[in-house]
Amino acid sequence: MADLKVKVAGVEFNNPLIAASGTFGFGREYSEFYPLSTLGGISCKGITLQARPGNPAPRIAETPSGILNAVGLQNPGVDHFVKEDLPWLKEQNTVIIANIAGNSYDDYCKMAEKLSDTAVDMIELNISCPNVKSGGVQFGTSCESVGAITKAVRKYCKKPLIIKLSPNVTDIVSIAQSAEAEGADAISMINTLTGMRIDINTGRPIIRNNTGGLSGPAVFPVAVRMVYQVAQAVNIPIIGMGGISTWQDAAEMLIAGATALQIGTVLFKDPYAPVKINKGLNEFLDSKGIKSVTELTKTIKPW
Amino acid sequence: MKYDVCNARLIKSKEIAKGIFDFVIECPQLAQKAQAGQFAHIAVPGKTLRRPISICDATDQTLRIVFQIKGEGTQILSETKVGESIDILAPLGHGFTIPKGKKIAFVGGGIGVPPMLYSAKRADNAVAILGFRNKDAVILEEDFKSVCSKVYVATDDGSYGIHGFTTDILKDVIDEVDMVCSCGPTPMLKALAAICKEHNTPCQVSLEERMGCGIGACLVCACKTLDKNGNVEHSHVCKKGPVYNAEEVVW
Ligand SMILES: Cc1cc2nc3c(=O)[nH]c(=O)nc-3n(C[C@H](O)[C@H](O)[C@H](O)COP(=O)(O)OP(=O)(O)OC[C@H]3O[C@@H](n4cnc5c(N)ncnc54)[C@H](O)[C@@H]3O)c2cc1C
Ligand SMILES: Cc1cc2nc3c(=O)[nH]c(=O)nc-3n(C[C@H](O)[C@H](O)[C@H](O)COP(=O)(O)O)c2cc1C
Ligand code: FES
Repeated sequence: MADLKVKVAGVEFNNPLIAASGTFGFGREYSEFYPLSTLGGISCKGITLQARPGNPAPRIAETPSGILNAVGLQNPGVDHFVKEDLPWLKEQNTVIIANIAGNSYDDYCKMAEKLSDTAVDMIELNISCPNVKSGGVQFGTSCESVGAITKAVRKYCKKPLIIKLSPNVTDIVSIAQSAEAEGADAISMINTLTGMRIDINTGRPIIRNNTGGLSGPAVFPVAVRMVYQVAQAVNIPIIGMGGISTWQDAAEMLIAGATALQIGTVLFKDPYAPVKINKGLNEFLDSKGIKSVTELTKTIKPW
Repeated sequence: MKYDVCNARLIKSKEIAKGIFDFVIECPQLAQKAQAGQFAHIAVPGKTLRRPISICDATDQTLRIVFQIKGEGTQILSETKVGESIDILAPLGHGFTIPKGKKIAFVGGGIGVPPMLYSAKRADNAVAILGFRNKDAVILEEDFKSVCSKVYVATDDGSYGIHGFTTDILKDVIDEVDMVCSCGPTPMLKALAAICKEHNTPCQVSLEERMGCGIGACLVCACKTLDKNGNVEHSHVCKKGPVYNAEEVVW
């Protein structure tokens, strides 16, 4: 049995698998299948300062090896999360990450300040949601704005701060460097890639929001490439995600440069994916004679 | 555990009308939990998302589903051979509430007919009103006859049974029933709900929406409904639904 424990920004995870924000709600539904301590951590559904109703349906479309979604940050607001969900989550014996999104610097700072006085273990700044006009992506697409929002939130955030990056940018490496320079403790990547599907009979986009965010196996190679590039350029840990579906994908993402992983879309088809991926990783490490999963991180040998 | 994943064996498969398949699946653990109006979320090889299909009937040992080929997913599912296994997540959602001692009209339109069967079985006095496009699309008539005191079958073109719509028939029988349960195309449900409202008859409707997780975590299957205080909210068809009280739905 290899050791699956990993550490990100001083926070210890029982294993490298974290549920990706927005795919796992606040955990209750999946706790029907297994204790949530099966996961190293949970990144909760993205929350905002005030409750939001989200976009009209349809919010999802299937694509070759993937899905498009445009939920539009439906959530009950930060206060509701702290009062109704967080106490229960904290009893689940897993790392709890609050994922926050907003319209303004002020929104992000207020939420970071509020959450700093709670039991959440880490804060993940979602500046990469492609599905709402004011969901923070305006902060996520240039080095200046990523640097500025990181700096602003850093002042109010007493928890380890993760910046979640959008892949819908020209140069993700320099954006990651800006986040690091302004005090990010870790990077998570990637959020969804903007995409679209159209019903050829009606001429209407399948998703009511017209465009949506692409996730699932279709984005995996893009995510691996981006994690690899960023890992070469920053010294803070990376939480890698985007299409991870099997233990082989998990191993590949770690080798590319990730310290921990998030999984989302795969859960819709196989809620038990975390159990299977952890088991597969463990056997892989044993077969290679590797004692700890941390030894896999960034072992890529580029040509 | 309210629901779980099971690799269940297909023990019976029959094409009961053109492009409509009747499957019986062996999965005792899930079947024993199934309630009328709940659904199963079925994985199909090669597809990223599961397909939601209503539970048509259940025994201690088996679940029965009846589905129509719409696109690739249901096509692939229909090709499953008896003896092969099907990856099913069930039972999901909130089903029909069937009070004791009442006379209930079960109104189904097209592929909305199957989910009414298990519900009709649960009622003390069931009347079925089933609507189809034409004679070739008529399904499950005998099954309903074995559990209902009366079965009305209507076709849009008059090629079988009564020439007309389920709404026409409901208007004739509504004064004899205590409640209406329904599933079918949204315009039909909306019209049924309006008739029930006029007659002050409680009405439950089963809705459809595109789904991801199927259990209430991903929030993609939103529909507009009224909350306890009468405010419009986005609730989730896979968890709060698929069955709603018609008055809750913002049409
Ligand atoms: C609660 C519920 C119960 C249902 N019960 C039945 C049933 O008993 N029998 C039956 O024949 N059909 C039923 N449906 C509809 C069935 O889910 C769709 O026909 C099926 O998903 C189509 O998949 P496809 O791959 O063949 O079509 P495609 O159009 O290729 O599917 C593409 C994507 O859209 C989704 N999708 C397409 N149409 C629908 C739809 N009407 N509702 C929800 N998602 C859709 C698919 O699941 C898939 O993710 C039900 C739907 C819901 C929501
Ligand atoms: C339905 C859905 C909702 C999502 N909601 C959020 C969200 O609220 N906040 C966020 O940062 N990312 C959100 N994401 C993005 C995921 O966290 C993740 O970055 C992305 O899906 C890629 O990983 P995957 O391919 O494993 O799903 C969402 C993704 C999906 C599919
Ligand atoms: S399908 Fe995920 S919440 Fe309904």
